[in-house]
Amino acid sequence: MARTLIHAPKAARAGEIIEIRAMIAHPMETGQRMGVNGTMIPRAIINRFVCTYGGEVVFSADLHPAVSANPFLSFCVVATQSGVLAFAWTEDTGEVHVATTDITVT
Amino acid sequence: MRPRPRAPAVIAALLSIPALLAVSGAVALEQGDRRSGIAFASPQTQAMQADDTANPGMLWVMDGAQLWRRPDGAAGKACQECHGDAAQSMKGVAPRYPDFDAGLGRPVDLSGRINLCRVRHQRAAPLAHEGSEMLALTAFVAFQSRGLPMAPAADARLAPFRAEGRRLFEQRMGQLDLSCANCHDDHWSARLGGSPVTQAQPNAYPLYRLEWQALGSLQRRMRNCMAGVRAEPFAYDAADYIDLELYLAARAAGLPMETPGVRP
Ligand code: HEC
Ligand code: HEC
Repeated sequence: MARTLIHAPKAARAGEIIEIRAMIAHPMETGQRMGVNGTMIPRAIINRFVCTYGGEVVFSADLHPAVSANPFLSFCVVATQSGVLAFAWTEDTGEVHVATTDITVT
Repeated sequence: MRPRPRAPAVIAALLSIPALLAVSGAVALEQGDRRSGIAFASPQTQAMQADDTANPGMLWVMDGAQLWRRPDGAAGKACQECHGDAAQSMKGVAPRYPDFDAGLGRPVDLSGRINLCRVRHQRAAPLAHEGSEMLALTAFVAFQSRGLPMAPAADARLAPFRAEGRRLFEQRMGQLDLSCANCHDDHWSARLGGSPVTQAQPNAYPLYRLEWQALGSLQRRMRNCMAGVRAEPFAYDAADYIDLELYLAARAAGLPMETPGVRP
């Protein structure tokens, strides 16, 4: 399982703007680098990130080979209701890494 | 394989200031002048280090916490079974390292000590010096001392090794014929090819270097500097690195530990 670091408040007031930060450990291999024997190291990156809040997409991003290793994304959403914030990172292979955190909105 | 030299820009900048660097003052750093490498970093890098949810080094610390609990080796024991809660047992350990190992009759650094535990106590194979598991365990152990002052071990048996470390630090090397001290004692407040030279302080290792896009050890950092002056770096785990680390630790006494640090 990939290592992820999520920063999101556990509680917020309805209507409050909250900052969310999400990082995943990933080499983001560009596909442009040579290995030891002059062979190409194949591309292997996270190409998509999606954050859902109560099942609805609130933020998404396409990632490209120029994004550095261990990509870090920070964005804001408006707290509307208590529920689950889910984060999904998709690999070139199609594999998806998921992390979730709960938020209570009063 | 020979590591490649560092960016040509650095070399070009070097050649443009030979007169400055040719002066071999070799005045060791004054106590009051001691400053961590983070003091020279940009506000953005400083903010990244200070925030545990933005500091990528925390990914390795989290990994280390898992490895700490994982039984391993023929003994089938986890670090935790002998050492308990790392927050207590490992607090204050890293600032003292490298320390003397009676069995080997020489000093070992923190990674070396962890490997001794693997071999002697877990009866497992030693971990590769720059491998992700070793970096994670070392970062996790050192993280328990974050904020504590560097407090180099006082053991008298360390003295000759520390003296050898100082000799290495002040010895010119490589095609550019520069010593560590030429840059890090004599010109630490200057810039080289745009980068602050800094004082070569070891208080934040293992640390996340943006250029590496990964966590790396103090030995890896020293290898970069050696390649930069076009010297052949010592092999990983060479005794010379441990001696240099001992001298760097003495030179850093009192600086707070920052592991996992972030540097450009
Ligand atoms: C030509 C000048 C030069 C020489 C010689 C040199 N270094 Fe460096 N060193 C640098 C520069 C410049 C940096 C900062 C690089 C950067 O941030 O990109 C640095 C960084 C470091 C750091 C990292 C400090 C931190 O805050 O993380 C250490 C440790 C270090 N050097 C040790 C050494 C040792 C040991 C030697 C001798 C084997 C040495 N250096 C030789 C220029 C030099
Ligand atoms: C079977 C028990 C045992 C296990 C398992 C074990 N250790 Fe140790 N450890 C010791 C003992 C005993 C010492 C004291 C030095 C010695 O005798 O080697 C020690 C010393 C240390 C020290 C130095 C402490 C100091 O104050 O200098 C560190 C760091 C350390 N161990 C880390 C680890 C890590 C990390 C692991 C797991 C990879 C581990 N140990 C697994 C028994 C163990």
